[in-house]
Amino acid sequence: MAEQRVLVVGGGLAGLAAAMKLAELDIAVDLMSLVPVKRSHSACAQGGINSVNDTTRQLGDSEYLHFDDTVYGGDFLQHQPPVKEMADWAPKIIDLMDRLGVPFNRTQEGYRDQRRFGGTLFKRTAFAGATTGQQLLYALDEQVRRQHAAGKVNIYEGWDYLGPIIDDDGRCRGATAQNLVTMEIRAFPADAVVLATGGCGLIFGRSTMSMACTGSAASRSVQYGAKYANGEFIQVHPTAIPGADKLRLMSESARGEGGRVWVPRTPQDTRAPKDIPESERYYFLEERYPKYGNLVPRDIATREIFNVCVNEGLSVEADKQCVYLDLTHIPREELDRKLGGILHIYEKFQGVDPRDQPMKIFPAVHYSMGGLWADYERTAAGGLMPGSPRNHQTNIPGLYAIGECDYQYHGGNRLGANSLLSCIFTGLFVGPCIETALKSLDASASDAQFDLLHRAERSKKEMEHKKLLEAPTGGENPYLIHQELGQEMTKAATVVRVNDQLTAAIEKVAELHERARKCSLSDTGVWTNQNVMFTKSLLDMFPLAKALLKGALARDECRGAHYKPAFDMPGVESTDPTERRQQAELWCDKFEEKNRKWLKTTIADFDSKGDPTLSYEDVDTSLIPPRPRLYGIVGGDIIESVWKERQVKKTESGAQGVEKPANGAAEVSRDPVPANK
Amino acid sequence: MTASSTKRESFDVRILRQAAPGEPSRWETFRIPYEPNLNVISVLQKIAAMARNAEGKETTPVAWDCNCLEEVCGACTMVINGRVRQSCSALVDRLLEEHEGEIELQPMTKFPVVRDLVVDRSRMFRALEKVKAWVPVDDYYDRGAGPRESQESQEERYPLSECMTCGCCVDACPQYSKVEVERRPNESIEEHQARQAEAEKSEFLGAAPISQAMLFNRHATGAMLADDRLNALSGPGGIQVCGNAQNCVAVCPKEIPLTTSIARAGRQTTVHAIKKIFDR
Ligand SMILES: Cc1cc2nc3c(=O)[nH]c(=O)nc-3n(C[C@H](O)[C@H](O)[C@H](O)COP(=O)(O)OP(=O)(O)OC[C@H]3O[C@@H](n4cnc5c(N)ncnc54)[C@H](O)[C@@H]3O)c2cc1C
Ligand code: SF4
Ligand code: SF4
Ligand code: FES
Repeated sequence: MAEQRVLVVGGGLAGLAAAMKLAELDIAVDLMSLVPVKRSHSACAQGGINSVNDTTRQLGDSEYLHFDDTVYGGDFLQHQPPVKEMADWAPKIIDLMDRLGVPFNRTQEGYRDQRRFGGTLFKRTAFAGATTGQQLLYALDEQVRRQHAAGKVNIYEGWDYLGPIIDDDGRCRGATAQNLVTMEIRAFPADAVVLATGGCGLIFGRSTMSMACTGSAASRSVQYGAKYANGEFIQVHPTAIPGADKLRLMSESARGEGGRVWVPRTPQDTRAPKDIPESERYYFLEERYPKYGNLVPRDIATREIFNVCVNEGLSVEADKQCVYLDLTHIPREELDRKLGGILHIYEKFQGVDPRDQPMKIFPAVHYSMGGLWADYERTAAGGLMPGSPRNHQTNIPGLYAIGECDYQYHGGNRLGANSLLSCIFTGLFVGPCIETALKSLDASASDAQFDLLHRAERSKKEMEHKKLLEAPTGGENPYLIHQELGQEMTKAATVVRVNDQLTAAIEKVAELHERARKCSLSDTGVWTNQNVMFTKSLLDMFPLAKALLKGALARDECRGAHYKPAFDMPGVESTDPTERRQQAELWCDKFEEKNRKWLKTTIADFDSKGDPTLSYEDVDTSLIPPRPRLYGIVGGDIIESVWKERQVKKTESGAQGVEKPANGAAEVSRDPVPANK
Repeated sequence: MTASSTKRESFDVRILRQAAPGEPSRWETFRIPYEPNLNVISVLQKIAAMARNAEGKETTPVAWDCNCLEEVCGACTMVINGRVRQSCSALVDRLLEEHEGEIELQPMTKFPVVRDLVVDRSRMFRALEKVKAWVPVDDYYDRGAGPRESQESQEERYPLSECMTCGCCVDACPQYSKVEVERRPNESIEEHQARQAEAEKSEFLGAAPISQAMLFNRHATGAMLADDRLNALSGPGGIQVCGNAQNCVAVCPKEIPLTTSIARAGRQTTVHAIKKIFDR
């Protein structure tokens, strides 16, 4: 048998961590990436990475509480064993990154410093200046370079993954890919293929994500039978700087330091903002949420900004949706001291000084919680079975998914600083799992018996490529179709979701898909043809876009980032004690009913034309029973006490099938914490 | 924003184009409808969508590189109005102030052109391998935290660690020269890369990798390879090639203190050389 090899597709945090771990296990690795791995999207992350640590531990924190915050923040939509395992690993992962030389910020005594992020009471977040993602990425990149120098990893940068190669038994035996420079198409034999290809923000046209985040690799895999899960769960960040090319993140700390959000009361008032008197300014967050003001939780801020522009027509500009985020009332010196770094970003890209003029901001698509469906094997204690070949394997044997492109860790909503963690964790954890898988195989994908399979798949891809280049002229323009797709998706499937609009969008996107198939190329060359590569990735955006819309339409509830006003559950308004109680009981009934129906993973299967069919899978919530997420809801206190009584009753009557966590922490109950307080 | 730019209806972008390595280069001008707050990337996106030059003739879209669009990935470097920089953070309004009515884009000058504004910078990544820019940990198992570090040391390492391998510093360096090995017919990508690597072996490393060597020599575990790094910096293409022109530090978009790193590398290699004499 020829030497076995693993192909890792994607060199962000997840892919690099997998490559270096596999190399350590003495497994031959081919690492492939669209962009040079050091330029991967992970470099954009600014905030930090979460783990319980020695100081939070002394304040009562534990791995278990990190696990709890993550599933609570995710509205219980994740299977719990993988999340538990990740939280258990988190402190070890930060230690490892520290050993690898990441310049984490330090305390005076020289220990790692931590800050606090949304959705938790503890200072769990380690950070390296304002570029934590970049620093983590570089540390892993350096290790992979070291493994490359040692001859253990081959690096293929500038290659576009075209799809898995699957044998007659349904096992993945490698992948096809195309070189962006020479346009050569190759088959890469591999005994396991690991997809670590990140999110799919470009389906929305512009987002906070990088240009390589097209979701193309995931889409190309689902078109070969891989399942896609929870596609409708997309996180939207409330404050981004709209640019013609990208929506750049503006940190929440601008509001934290006193930034005020407003729009002129006169729609599209042409006066300069500072000439608009106070009485003609609409501080809509302060007016509608007197208690929280501009610091309402993330999802509420997002919805209100969206609403004021889209439904109330009060956007600052006529041709662009945006509101003012105003810091000009704060003294310059104070701004420089507290917000210097992030104000510099605004200045650099907008050419305007936010100390003199209010910033213009709007919510933007930020993270894909959904992704390729992946399996896991659980232990009796509720964690993941180390080394099980099932962990992170898609439904196609031999094809694995890790990092942002899998669906497992963040449920309905991702907590800040948890994604970098899930990426590195999955990369490291999957190594030994693949090792076991390789040992169980009695052949190598590089054996001669698979030559034919590889050659056939390569010719298929060459034919498809040729067909695209030969498309008749005078057809559709791929760049314009991408813009239209982005507008449609942003309108229907971001912040607020309404069934009529989703139905209309499904129709419109199907139409766009048809039109996209008739694209003509302005470049039919055979050398570094970015035009044809873009068109390919555009075509592959449609299956995921369709799954996303369909999933959103079907899911008649509010959960995490998925918000449908028609199915919102308003809190308890009454002041009369008996009535309050009754309403709370009713609320809890409705909540239980909603969970029975919708506490389920959405799974999309695709036909040969890229059209999805949905089915649903139960979620393993055996470690922490789901409870209402009561961030800022009216009457949250009474709902919570009714809910707790019900739980106590259930335990007393010895509810079946609910396993208690080993450490008995199920009784731990804390007040709900608003995401950014 | 100047008064003239608010009234402007369109502006021209002159781009130095080249279809492939070894092909002749030529200028092509594109006319872009003016909007406030454009950057060079959004201009290139518009050009890709219209695929028509200023004379209205159909043309192929211009090829270019980018990813993050936030000046953190290092992909989008090009020579804009004569100065090497990142195209994602190059704002049209500013560029038009620098040079009225027209923006000029050229590929980087010290790297082989792949097509139009796309260049091959793999030499920079190879240089990182030469100076062993990594921390030689034993393994990736759990062995507790890394070495404790003072705030002072972290503040020294952090700026160096922001280097995104964009190549501005080497493009502006008078001592860094272009090495381009032409691809032979039927040569594989790997064979061509190997010959390219061989050809640049004794050429100048450039400021970025020198600075990276200093970054890792400053780290407690990283310093265990300090001698290897200093050997690389003392060899052909090493620190002695630097003429101290300081162009590098002037163009670095991350404002990395490159000349400080170079000076430190000079001192360390000198001490290293003396030590080697006495150790003999
Ligand atoms: C602005 C911003 C700030 C953020 N801040 C934080 C934060 O503070 N904390 C936190 O925890 N998370 C943060 N996140 C989220 C986090 O950065 C990402 O989820 C994470 O970096 C994803 O890593 P990854 O390894 O899965 O993929 P990526 O880093 O996206 O890498 C994907 C890789 O796949 C390759 N690839 C893609 N398609 C193909 C293809 N077809 N063929 C070949 N290769 C391909 C790419 O070249 C790349 O190497 C932030 C996200 C954004 C947008
Ligand atoms: S100081 Fe040295 S490295 Fe920098 S530009 Fe001058 S010669 Fe080049
Ligand atoms: S040192 Fe500066 S200019 Fe040179 S590659 Fe690094 S970031 Fe770019
Ligand atoms: S696109 Fe990343 S630096 Fe410009």
